[in-house]
Amino acid sequence: MAIPSDIPTTFLLGRLDWHAIPADPIVWVTGVVVAIGGAWLMWMLIKHRLLGYLWHEWFTSVDHKKIGIMYVVLALVMFVRGFADAIMMRLQQVLAFNGSEGYLNAHHYDQIFSAHGVIMIFFVAMPFVTGLMNFVVPLQIGARDVSFPFLNNFSFWMTVGGAVLVMMSLFVGEFAQTGWLAFPPLSGIGYSPYVGVDYYIWGLQVAGVGTTLSGINLLVTIIKMRAPGMTMMRMPIFTWTALCTNILIVASFPVLTATLVLLSLDRYVGTNFFTNDLGGNAMMYVNLIWIWGHPEVYILILPLFGVYSEVVATFTGKRLFGYTSMVYATVCITILSYLVWLHHFFTMGSGASVNSFFGITTMIISVPTGAKIFNWLFTMYRSRIRFELPMMWTIAFMLTFVIGGMTGVLLAVPPADFVLHNSLFLVAHFHNVIIGGVLFGLFAAVYYWWPKAFGFRLDPFWGKVSFWFWVVGFWVAFAPLYILGLMGVTRRVRVFDDPSLQIWFGIAAFGAVLIAIGIAAMFIQFGVSIRNRDALRDETGDPWDGRTLEWATSSPPPAYNFAFTPVSHGLDAWWDMKRFGQTRPRATYVPIHMPKNTGAGVIIAGLATVCGFALVWYIWWLAALSFAGVVIASIVHTFNYARDYHIPAEEVRETEDARDRQLASVGA
Amino acid sequence: MSSIEAQGDKHRADRRADSHGDRHDDGHDHGSVRSYLTGFVLSVVLTAIPFALVMGGGFESRLLTAAVVVGLAFVQIIVHMVYFLHMNTRSDEGWTMMALIFTVVILVIVLAGSLWVMYHMNTNMMPQMDHEALGLGS
Repeated sequence: MAIPSDIPTTFLLGRLDWHAIPADPIVWVTGVVVAIGGAWLMWMLIKHRLLGYLWHEWFTSVDHKKIGIMYVVLALVMFVRGFADAIMMRLQQVLAFNGSEGYLNAHHYDQIFSAHGVIMIFFVAMPFVTGLMNFVVPLQIGARDVSFPFLNNFSFWMTVGGAVLVMMSLFVGEFAQTGWLAFPPLSGIGYSPYVGVDYYIWGLQVAGVGTTLSGINLLVTIIKMRAPGMTMMRMPIFTWTALCTNILIVASFPVLTATLVLLSLDRYVGTNFFTNDLGGNAMMYVNLIWIWGHPEVYILILPLFGVYSEVVATFTGKRLFGYTSMVYATVCITILSYLVWLHHFFTMGSGASVNSFFGITTMIISVPTGAKIFNWLFTMYRSRIRFELPMMWTIAFMLTFVIGGMTGVLLAVPPADFVLHNSLFLVAHFHNVIIGGVLFGLFAAVYYWWPKAFGFRLDPFWGKVSFWFWVVGFWVAFAPLYILGLMGVTRRVRVFDDPSLQIWFGIAAFGAVLIAIGIAAMFIQFGVSIRNRDALRDETGDPWDGRTLEWATSSPPPAYNFAFTPVSHGLDAWWDMKRFGQTRPRATYVPIHMPKNTGAGVIIAGLATVCGFALVWYIWWLAALSFAGVVIASIVHTFNYARDYHIPAEEVRETEDARDRQLASVGA
Repeated sequence: MSSIEAQGDKHRADRRADSHGDRHDDGHDHGSVRSYLTGFVLSVVLTAIPFALVMGGGFESRLLTAAVVVGLAFVQIIVHMVYFLHMNTRSDEGWTMMALIFTVVILVIVLAGSLWVMYHMNTNMMPQMDHEALGLGS
């Protein structure tokens, strides 16, 4: 297919000109608000002289704890953007009845639902999960950092680079109008001639490099850096699920990368992999993208299964029921997640034999998942449950996720799927499992590990306000979508003819408002807790009476995590240490070997982002220049031999003595 | 207790020294000139045979030619893994072999599955895409 040449291109700026600014007052207002907010933030940073601090202590840091926290901050910022998209869709759908067109034109509305999906999956759920694994895994396995600390910093900044490209598309040009997976031929150059899909491709490719590298990094960390004595079957369950997730990342993200490369070849150089003519086959794209896409949803949920396991064991004060079966269930899901991808396109026409096979494998995958639910229930059975916030989110998850799982099994029946495919029932189902499973788990994890990360607990009152608004809001927002889906309403529709449907969209919009209050309460909670941090202070380092090694160190942990590498004598290593009255070692401290901060990650990822932007706008000279910059900066970085330093033994002694005094002050 | 902790550190320090190759007993097979040469010769032979087959016209049956070429390619992959990537069942406490088995399983699932799925899709959904029948050339 020939590339249309009706979009003017100049050498200096490629396709970029004044027409790139969207002719949409909503975008202008957003742009002005974002500009004012950004300017204010910058001014505050300069006024309080925080820029240098941020650069030296955070942006260039190779400390896995700080990188983990930065990942979560990125996820929260992008979550606000993704939720703004959701509110706009709910508002449009409730207004566009009785002849009204709503307030969004088709071009804008299509971008919003595409951006909502892309942002929520790639720039909220993924960085949140990665940040969590980054923070927790090294602490849980008694390590001082990840295997490749610089690579970790670089991966984070590549993820930021991808997010920057997606955010930029709001104000410069447009975003894809194709849905979150950009199926061709719609995403081909013929039907999407402008830059929306290119922003999608390069945003995901830049971020994808970061995701793949951080997957490799954590995989090697878990395999190579476990504390002595911690055999595979003594690993905390969260570390097990993180291991399986990173295996899935390493094995599946290359498929996404390759598929997007083929799509970009179609768009940029006129190949015909997925076009309608000259032998192209768009169905191959759908096949390939779901070979990545299905493992992706398990990449998101598995670590949260780990979180729920840790939370349940901690707040019932019992050893996790069926640790071994939990591990095997996780491994089973890892393999099975590669055997179900076709259930995303039963209706594409593969016929009875293929559909039956994938329908059955899909039903089978609910067996290990069900086993996990029973393990949590049996752990809770006849125990004294402490209803702290992480435990509340876990129970909300169990109630919500089971229903989402059952609607999933329903959709796994191919004939039922023919009725429900592409309907709001499907939308309700995957929000049911992603919000009820992934997001609730992330909240449980935030409340659970926040004291470890910052040294004080989160305010429970605002946490409970947030919890109830979130959980109730979720059901009010998504139960109507199940009903609408059963009535045959399809997804991604902008204007409705049937006035009887409006009430359901009204209820759903009200639910979204409840969720908005829940989100606001959560941010208020962060603010209130930071203000009252002295009252909420955790001096012990073990505020929940935890079981795994991250609770053995102080809150927040020192840069080196553990002065002496702990030795694991069984599952729940820290629980054992407490039970046997083990005292902290105070032997001769030795200097601790640590990696040094470096700005190379920010620089290389920044150049890669510029390269992505140049490719989006066909600014070839800039693309070539920035790509050369990436290569040169990488090579220069390899000549940096000043990569490590030793924390002197004296400093370790002072830190540990301060910790002794802190523990003595609370009588621990 | 401190003695146990200190042992933990010593254990890890030992492992680290190993993995930096200080003592060359880090669980990896580093190969020898002989093994590299063997691998090189095998690769050349395994490349030359299919090349000669294709250039010389191959067997009567094109299917047989294709099968031989693909078969030799598989052998080539194994030669590379053994002689150049030094893969064996012992290195890294068996993790290398585990990773290989997992990779093979996933590749087989993805390739066989895609072929199966796409064959059905093509048959059911794209009868009109026969270009020769439409006169669009091959």
